[in-house]
Amino acid sequence: MTWGSWEAFWSMGGYALFVWGSYAMALAVLATEIWQLRTRRRAAEIEAKRESERARSSA
Amino acid sequence: MTTTTAPRFNLFWFSSPQTFYPLAGRLIPWFIGLAVVLGLVGLYISFLAAPTDATQGESYRIIFIHVPAAWMSMFLYVVMAFWAALGLAFNTRLSSMMATAIAPTGALMTFLALWTGSLWGRPTWGAYWVWDARLTSELILLFLYLGFIALQAAIDDRRRADKAGAVLAIIGVINVPIIYFSVKWWNTLHQGASVSVKGSTMATTMLWGMLIMALAFWMYSIAAVLYRVRTIILERERRADWVRELVARERLK
Repeated sequence: MTWGSWEAFWSMGGYALFVWGSYAMALAVLATEIWQLRTRRRAAEIEAKRESERARSSA
Repeated sequence: MTTTTAPRFNLFWFSSPQTFYPLAGRLIPWFIGLAVVLGLVGLYISFLAAPTDATQGESYRIIFIHVPAAWMSMFLYVVMAFWAALGLAFNTRLSSMMATAIAPTGALMTFLALWTGSLWGRPTWGAYWVWDARLTSELILLFLYLGFIALQAAIDDRRRADKAGAVLAIIGVINVPIIYFSVKWWNTLHQGASVSVKGSTMATTMLWGMLIMALAFWMYSIAAVLYRVRTIILERERRADWVRELVARERLK
Protein backbone atom coordinates (compact mmCIF):
# COMPACT_ATOMS: atom_id res chain seq x y z
CA MET A 1 0.00 0.00 0.00
CA THR A 2 1.87 3.01 -1.28
CA TRP A 3 -0.69 5.69 -2.12
CA GLY A 4 0.48 8.33 0.35
CA SER A 5 -2.42 10.70 -0.39
CA TRP A 6 -6.01 10.61 -1.63
CA GLU A 7 -4.93 12.62 -4.61
CA ALA A 8 -2.46 9.94 -5.61
CA PHE A 9 -5.15 7.30 -5.10
CA TRP A 10 -7.70 9.05 -7.32
CA SER A 11 -5.20 9.79 -10.07
CA MET A 12 -4.17 6.11 -10.34
CA GLY A 13 -0.75 7.01 -11.66
CA GLY A 14 -2.30 8.88 -14.60
CA TYR A 15 -4.70 6.05 -15.52
CA ALA A 16 -7.69 7.43 -13.62
CA LEU A 17 -10.00 7.48 -16.66
CA PHE A 18 -9.30 3.83 -17.50
CA VAL A 19 -9.25 2.36 -14.00
CA TRP A 20 -12.21 4.33 -12.62
CA GLY A 21 -14.07 4.02 -15.91
CA SER A 22 -13.90 0.25 -15.50
CA TYR A 23 -14.92 0.16 -11.86
CA ALA A 24 -17.70 2.72 -12.37
CA MET A 25 -19.15 0.66 -15.23
CA ALA A 26 -19.00 -2.49 -13.09
CA LEU A 27 -20.95 -0.67 -10.40
CA ALA A 28 -23.45 0.71 -12.92
CA VAL A 29 -24.01 -2.75 -14.43
CA LEU A 30 -24.62 -4.31 -11.01
CA ALA A 31 -26.95 -1.48 -9.95
CA THR A 32 -28.94 -1.74 -13.18
CA GLU A 33 -29.34 -5.49 -12.90
CA ILE A 34 -30.40 -5.34 -9.25
CA TRP A 35 -32.93 -2.60 -10.04
CA GLN A 36 -34.26 -4.60 -13.00
CA LEU A 37 -34.50 -7.76 -10.89
CA ARG A 38 -36.53 -6.00 -8.19
CA THR A 39 -38.88 -4.26 -10.64
CA ARG A 40 -39.66 -7.48 -12.48
CA ARG A 41 -40.10 -9.32 -9.20
CA ARG A 42 -42.55 -6.78 -7.85
CA ALA A 43 -44.60 -6.91 -11.05
CA ALA A 44 -44.72 -10.73 -10.89
CA GLU A 45 -45.88 -10.63 -7.26
CA ILE A 46 -48.66 -8.18 -8.05
CA GLU A 47 -49.73 -10.29 -11.03
CA ALA A 48 -49.76 -13.50 -8.93
CA LYS A 49 -51.91 -11.84 -6.26
CA ARG A 50 -54.30 -10.48 -8.87
CA GLU A 51 -54.57 -13.95 -10.41
CA SER A 52 -55.45 -15.46 -7.01
CA GLU A 53 -58.15 -12.91 -6.39
CA ARG A 54 -59.61 -13.47 -9.84
CA ALA A 55 -59.75 -17.22 -9.13
CA ARG A 56 -61.36 -16.66 -5.74
CA SER A 57 -64.03 -14.29 -7.03
CA SER A 58 -64.98 -16.55 -9.92
CA ALA A 59 -65.17 -19.66 -7.72
CA MET B 1 -54.44 -46.63 3.10
CA THR B 2 -53.19 -43.21 2.20
CA THR B 3 -50.15 -41.76 3.82
CA THR B 4 -48.33 -38.57 3.12
CA THR B 5 -44.68 -39.39 3.28
CA ALA B 6 -41.85 -36.98 2.83
CA PRO B 7 -40.24 -37.66 -0.52
CA ARG B 8 -36.87 -39.36 -0.52
CA PHE B 9 -34.03 -37.13 -1.53
CA ASN B 10 -33.50 -37.10 -5.23
CA LEU B 11 -32.66 -34.48 -7.78
CA PHE B 12 -35.98 -34.78 -9.57
CA TRP B 13 -37.69 -33.65 -6.38
CA PHE B 14 -35.98 -30.26 -6.72
CA SER B 15 -36.57 -30.14 -10.45
CA SER B 16 -40.17 -29.14 -9.83
CA PRO B 17 -40.68 -25.35 -9.73
CA GLN B 18 -42.93 -25.76 -6.72
CA THR B 19 -40.19 -27.24 -4.53
CA PHE B 20 -37.37 -25.21 -6.00
CA TYR B 21 -39.11 -21.88 -5.40
CA PRO B 22 -38.85 -21.85 -1.58
CA LEU B 23 -35.43 -23.54 -1.66
CA ALA B 24 -34.00 -20.82 -3.91
CA GLY B 25 -35.60 -18.22 -1.66
CA ARG B 26 -33.71 -19.59 1.32
CA LEU B 27 -30.40 -19.82 -0.57
CA ILE B 28 -30.32 -16.28 -2.01
CA PRO B 29 -29.35 -14.40 1.22
CA TRP B 30 -26.34 -16.71 1.68
CA PHE B 31 -25.03 -16.03 -1.81
CA ILE B 32 -25.57 -12.29 -1.40
CA GLY B 33 -23.66 -12.38 1.89
CA LEU B 34 -20.78 -14.31 0.33
CA ALA B 35 -20.68 -11.96 -2.66
CA VAL B 36 -20.52 -8.87 -0.42
CA VAL B 37 -17.81 -10.24 1.88
CA LEU B 38 -15.68 -11.60 -0.98
CA GLY B 39 -16.23 -8.38 -2.94
CA LEU B 40 -14.98 -6.22 -0.07
CA VAL B 41 -11.91 -8.41 0.49
CA GLY B 42 -11.30 -8.42 -3.27
CA LEU B 43 -11.53 -4.62 -3.49
CA TYR B 44 -9.18 -4.27 -0.53
CA ILE B 45 -6.59 -6.43 -2.28
CA SER B 46 -7.20 -4.72 -5.66
CA PHE B 47 -6.53 -1.20 -4.42
CA LEU B 48 -4.58 -1.46 -1.18
CA ALA B 49 -2.70 -4.74 -0.88
CA ALA B 50 -1.65 -5.32 -4.50
CA PRO B 51 1.51 -3.45 -5.52
CA THR B 52 1.96 -1.28 -8.61
CA ASP B 53 2.78 -3.32 -11.70
CA ALA B 54 6.36 -2.96 -12.91
CA THR B 55 5.48 -2.51 -16.60
CA GLN B 56 1.85 -1.33 -16.67
CA GLY B 57 1.77 0.94 -13.63
CA GLU B 58 -1.68 1.32 -12.06
CA SER B 59 -3.64 0.58 -15.24
CA TYR B 60 -3.31 -3.15 -14.58
CA ARG B 61 -5.79 -2.82 -11.67
CA ILE B 62 -8.53 -3.22 -14.30
CA ILE B 63 -7.60 -6.91 -14.25
CA PHE B 64 -9.52 -7.41 -10.99
CA ILE B 65 -12.82 -6.91 -12.78
CA HIS B 66 -11.84 -7.70 -16.34
CA VAL B 67 -10.75 -11.30 -15.80
CA PRO B 68 -13.56 -12.27 -13.36
CA ALA B 69 -16.16 -10.78 -15.75
CA ALA B 70 -14.62 -12.59 -18.73
CA TRP B 71 -14.48 -15.91 -16.87
CA MET B 72 -18.10 -15.58 -15.75
CA SER B 73 -19.22 -14.64 -19.26
CA MET B 74 -17.90 -17.95 -20.61
CA PHE B 75 -18.83 -20.06 -17.59
CA LEU B 76 -22.40 -18.75 -17.46
CA TYR B 77 -22.83 -19.50 -21.16
CA VAL B 78 -21.84 -23.14 -20.65
CA VAL B 79 -24.19 -23.44 -17.66
CA MET B 80 -26.98 -21.79 -19.66
CA ALA B 81 -26.48 -24.20 -22.55
CA PHE B 82 -26.40 -27.12 -20.11
CA TRP B 83 -29.79 -26.23 -18.60
CA ALA B 84 -31.21 -25.46 -22.03
CA ALA B 85 -30.09 -28.87 -23.32
CA LEU B 86 -31.55 -30.60 -20.27
CA GLY B 87 -34.83 -28.79 -20.82
CA LEU B 88 -34.82 -29.78 -24.47
CA ALA B 89 -34.03 -33.44 -23.75
CA PHE B 90 -36.27 -34.08 -20.74
CA ASN B 91 -38.86 -31.34 -21.16
CA THR B 92 -38.35 -30.28 -17.56
CA ARG B 93 -39.85 -26.86 -17.02
CA LEU B 94 -37.36 -25.67 -14.43
CA SER B 95 -34.32 -26.42 -16.61
CA SER B 96 -35.56 -24.12 -19.35
CA MET B 97 -36.41 -21.44 -16.82
CA MET B 98 -32.85 -21.67 -15.46
CA ALA B 99 -31.44 -21.10 -18.95
CA THR B 100 -33.71 -18.11 -19.45
CA ALA B 101 -32.70 -16.72 -16.05
CA ILE B 102 -28.97 -17.01 -16.74
CA ALA B 103 -28.93 -15.16 -20.09
CA PRO B 104 -29.25 -11.53 -18.86
CA THR B 105 -26.56 -11.94 -16.19
CA GLY B 106 -24.30 -13.63 -18.75
CA ALA B 107 -24.86 -10.82 -21.23
CA LEU B 108 -24.00 -8.20 -18.60
CA MET B 109 -20.79 -10.05 -17.67
CA THR B 110 -19.82 -10.23 -21.34
CA PHE B 111 -20.50 -6.52 -21.79
CA LEU B 112 -18.42 -5.75 -18.71
CA ALA B 113 -15.53 -7.89 -19.97
CA LEU B 114 -15.59 -6.03 -23.30
CA TRP B 115 -15.91 -2.59 -21.71
CA THR B 116 -13.09 -3.06 -19.20
CA GLY B 117 -10.96 -4.76 -21.83
CA SER B 118 -11.41 -1.77 -24.09
CA LEU B 119 -10.41 0.64 -21.32
CA TRP B 120 -7.39 -1.53 -20.59
CA GLY B 121 -6.46 -1.89 -24.25
CA ARG B 122 -6.21 1.85 -24.82
CA PRO B 123 -3.28 2.52 -22.41
CA THR B 124 -1.53 -0.82 -23.09
CA TRP B 125 -2.03 -1.34 -26.85
CA GLY B 126 -2.95 2.19 -27.89
CA ALA B 127 -6.41 1.18 -29.16
CA TYR B 128 -9.83 0.76 -27.57
CA TRP B 129 -10.72 -1.95 -30.03
CA VAL B 130 -8.95 -4.23 -32.51
CA TRP B 131 -10.47 -7.02 -34.59
CA ASP B 132 -8.38 -9.57 -32.77
CA ALA B 133 -9.50 -13.22 -32.39
CA ARG B 134 -10.04 -12.98 -28.63
CA LEU B 135 -11.95 -9.70 -28.78
CA THR B 136 -14.03 -10.71 -31.77
CA SER B 137 -15.04 -14.09 -30.33
CA GLU B 138 -16.01 -12.40 -27.04
CA LEU B 139 -18.14 -9.94 -29.02
CA ILE B 140 -19.82 -12.90 -30.73
CA LEU B 141 -20.56 -14.28 -27.26
CA LEU B 142 -22.41 -11.06 -26.45
CA PHE B 143 -24.44 -11.44 -29.66
CA LEU B 144 -25.23 -15.05 -28.75
CA TYR B 145 -26.60 -13.98 -25.37
CA LEU B 146 -28.59 -11.14 -26.93
CA GLY B 147 -29.81 -13.43 -29.72
CA PHE B 148 -30.98 -15.98 -27.15
CA ILE B 149 -32.87 -13.31 -25.20
CA ALA B 150 -34.40 -11.77 -28.33
CA LEU B 151 -35.39 -15.14 -29.80
CA GLN B 152 -37.17 -16.20 -26.62
CA ALA B 153 -38.88 -12.84 -26.35
CA ALA B 154 -40.11 -13.04 -29.94
CA ILE B 155 -41.97 -16.35 -29.51
CA ASP B 156 -45.25 -16.21 -27.62
CA ASP B 157 -45.60 -19.94 -26.94
CA ARG B 158 -43.34 -20.56 -23.91
CA ARG B 159 -42.51 -24.16 -24.78
CA ARG B 160 -41.56 -23.27 -28.32
CA ALA B 161 -39.55 -20.30 -27.10
CA ASP B 162 -37.66 -22.60 -24.73
CA LYS B 163 -36.93 -25.08 -27.50
CA ALA B 164 -35.81 -22.50 -30.04
CA GLY B 165 -33.60 -20.82 -27.44
CA ALA B 166 -32.10 -24.16 -26.44
CA VAL B 167 -31.07 -24.94 -30.01
CA LEU B 168 -29.38 -21.56 -30.33
CA ALA B 169 -27.66 -21.91 -26.93
CA ILE B 170 -26.35 -25.39 -27.75
CA ILE B 171 -24.98 -24.41 -31.15
CA GLY B 172 -23.36 -21.34 -29.61
CA VAL B 173 -21.35 -23.43 -27.13
CA ILE B 174 -18.80 -23.99 -29.89
CA ASN B 175 -17.79 -20.34 -29.41
CA VAL B 176 -16.65 -20.84 -25.80
CA PRO B 177 -13.55 -22.98 -26.53
CA ILE B 178 -12.83 -20.64 -29.45
CA ILE B 179 -12.70 -17.69 -27.04
CA TYR B 180 -10.61 -19.61 -24.53
CA PHE B 181 -8.04 -20.97 -26.97
CA SER B 182 -8.06 -18.00 -29.35
CA VAL B 183 -4.92 -16.61 -27.76
CA LYS B 184 -3.13 -19.89 -28.55
CA TRP B 185 -4.60 -20.68 -31.95
CA TRP B 186 -4.12 -17.26 -33.48
CA ASN B 187 -1.46 -14.65 -33.22
CA THR B 188 -3.44 -12.21 -31.13
CA LEU B 189 -2.73 -8.88 -29.54
CA HIS B 190 -4.46 -10.11 -26.42
CA GLN B 191 -2.07 -11.73 -23.97
CA GLY B 192 -2.20 -15.44 -23.19
CA ALA B 193 -3.79 -16.93 -20.09
CA SER B 194 -2.26 -15.64 -16.85
CA VAL B 195 -3.62 -18.60 -14.94
CA SER B 196 -3.62 -22.19 -16.14
CA VAL B 197 -3.37 -25.67 -14.67
CA LYS B 198 0.39 -25.40 -14.92
CA GLY B 199 0.44 -22.42 -12.62
CA SER B 200 0.37 -18.67 -12.78
CA THR B 201 2.62 -16.01 -14.21
CA MET B 202 1.36 -13.35 -11.81
CA ALA B 203 2.58 -12.02 -8.48
CA THR B 204 0.89 -13.85 -5.60
CA THR B 205 -1.04 -10.88 -4.18
CA MET B 206 -2.37 -9.94 -7.63
CA LEU B 207 -3.38 -13.54 -8.27
CA TRP B 208 -5.23 -13.77 -4.95
CA GLY B 209 -7.02 -10.50 -5.62
CA MET B 210 -8.16 -11.77 -9.00
CA LEU B 211 -9.31 -15.16 -7.68
CA ILE B 212 -11.25 -13.63 -4.77
CA MET B 213 -12.91 -11.13 -7.10
CA ALA B 214 -13.78 -14.00 -9.44
CA LEU B 215 -15.41 -15.84 -6.51
CA ALA B 216 -17.33 -12.68 -5.59
CA PHE B 217 -18.60 -12.37 -9.19
CA TRP B 218 -19.55 -16.05 -9.10
CA MET B 219 -21.54 -15.75 -5.87
CA TYR B 220 -23.23 -12.59 -7.17
CA SER B 221 -24.19 -14.36 -10.40
CA ILE B 222 -25.72 -17.28 -8.50
CA ALA B 223 -27.74 -14.90 -6.33
CA ALA B 224 -28.93 -12.90 -9.34
CA VAL B 225 -29.86 -16.01 -11.34
CA LEU B 226 -31.75 -17.60 -8.41
CA TYR B 227 -33.61 -14.33 -7.83
CA ARG B 228 -34.53 -14.09 -11.51
CA VAL B 229 -35.56 -17.73 -11.81
CA ARG B 230 -37.96 -17.30 -8.85
CA THR B 231 -39.55 -14.37 -10.67
CA ILE B 232 -39.81 -16.41 -13.86
CA ILE B 233 -41.40 -19.30 -11.93
CA LEU B 234 -43.92 -16.88 -10.48
CA GLU B 235 -44.67 -15.35 -13.89
CA ARG B 236 -45.21 -18.70 -15.59
CA GLU B 237 -46.97 -20.55 -12.76
CA ARG B 238 -49.14 -17.72 -11.46
CA ARG B 239 -52.26 -19.72 -12.21
CA ALA B 240 -51.01 -22.85 -10.41
CA ASP B 241 -52.63 -23.97 -7.16
CA TRP B 242 -49.40 -23.90 -5.22
CA VAL B 243 -48.85 -20.21 -6.06
CA ARG B 244 -52.41 -19.42 -4.94
CA GLU B 245 -51.71 -21.25 -1.72
CA LEU B 246 -48.55 -19.20 -1.14
CA VAL B 247 -50.49 -16.01 -1.82
CA ALA B 248 -53.22 -17.06 0.63
CA ARG B 249 -50.62 -17.82 3.31
CA GLU B 250 -48.67 -14.65 2.44
CA ARG B 251 -45.57 -16.75 1.88
CA LEU B 252 -44.77 -15.50 -1.60
CA LYS B 253 -41.50 -13.96 -0.44
